[in-house]
Amino acid sequence: MPKLPAPPLPAALREPPPRPGEQNGGIGIAEGAKEAGVTVVDWVDERTSLSGGVRWLFFRKVPKGTNWFYTLGSATLFAFLSQAVTGVFLAMYYRPDAAGGAYESIRYVTNEVFLGQFVRGMHRWGASVMVVLVFLHMGRTFLFGAYKYPRELNWVIGVVLLILTMVMGFTGYLLPFDQRAYWATIVGVNINGTGPLIGPYLSDFLLGGSEFGATTLSRFYAIHMLLVPGALIALIGAHLYLVTKLGTTAPPWLKVQRRTESRESEV
Amino acid sequence: MTGTANGAGAIAAAAFTLPALGFALGPIFKSTQHTWETVGTESLFVANNYTPVVVTLVPGIGEAGKSTVYIRRFNAAIDVDPYDQGTPYIAISSRCAHVGCPVRWVDAAERFICPCHGGVYDLLGRRVGGPPVRPLDRFYTRVVGEDVQVGPRFSVNSELRRFSPRYPGEPLDGIGQYLYPARPGAQKL
Repeated sequence: MPKLPAPPLPAALREPPPRPGEQNGGIGIAEGAKEAGVTVVDWVDERTSLSGGVRWLFFRKVPKGTNWFYTLGSATLFAFLSQAVTGVFLAMYYRPDAAGGAYESIRYVTNEVFLGQFVRGMHRWGASVMVVLVFLHMGRTFLFGAYKYPRELNWVIGVVLLILTMVMGFTGYLLPFDQRAYWATIVGVNINGTGPLIGPYLSDFLLGGSEFGATTLSRFYAIHMLLVPGALIALIGAHLYLVTKLGTTAPPWLKVQRRTESRESEV
Repeated sequence: MTGTANGAGAIAAAAFTLPALGFALGPIFKSTQHTWETVGTESLFVANNYTPVVVTLVPGIGEAGKSTVYIRRFNAAIDVDPYDQGTPYIAISSRCAHVGCPVRWVDAAERFICPCHGGVYDLLGRRVGGPPVRPLDRFYTRVVGEDVQVGPRFSVNSELRRFSPRYPGEPLDGIGQYLYPARPGAQKL
């Protein structure tokens, strides 16, 4: 069936006639819009070579037998990202004021702010979810033997990440500044203090003095939202780099398979 | 050139790292100010039972800076330890020597009992059961005119020998006093 002629484009959108000496003329606006996205990506890639890194990170070979247990690490990462995002927004309302402002700001978030209870709930329960996921991820790594050579360093980094997650849980627990938070922190700091020789100094450092005072809360707040998250992000980066570089392991129940084609060629 | 640049970088890094570290660790070495707080007149306290009073340990942070102290008059019949002689009033801290929960005086049992982990102390604040590692801390007391005043806190070992204030959970018997040193800023009264 013959194609009907298209209605004429407005003059502004029409391709300009080729200039003298030009073979094809410049590309049109419609064509240019289609090309724009590719051009921007090309422009960045030409100057950074990022596409190689992206391919290296996302298009990896994974061993046979890779299953859902291998997603526990990603699940932990998503739990961390959820904590980071909700934490940033909670920080917009929170006041680390030991004289009553901290509790009042939490009460305000929970009762007055639109979706405040939901975002705070995500942060509060997400903390427990993250700890559970870290342990499941750790158990998977242990039971699958994925901590063995050459991945020992990644296990060590993972243990540090576990400890930092615990520190996050400990310091975040004080921030609502209710009775439970106060006494749990008193008990926690004093448990730290029972370490011989350095215990008393550790308690002094955590409390910011000899008694629980106004600086204790702001100290815990700074540790909770600046010091430990920075270390967490850096170490998660190192953890992911090593996972990408070394690759994942096959599950232990998979037997080693000879490559049949190479055997045939030897015959 | 390389050595100078590296050296300058090291000095620049140290120039902000060391003050920041000192800033964070400074409170360990800060000496505490001794304050005396009036808790009531002498007629408020008896020699054979404790009266709870609330004192402010850290001002400016509301309820979080307050603590309960149990006070009774010196009783020559039970306060026979040489360290207690000459003390007008016995002031026992309500902070449990296990991990710092608040103990309460239970009159019927004549014991201090901790709700958290079951620490039990006798009339003198000495441990009689549960996980605490030393007796309850005490406060210095003095009488000014008619008023009873509570001063700085101190810790005691199982013989009621006095030590500068320690955190809960730190034993002071035998090797304990060396494993858990006093704060650098702690001053003798």
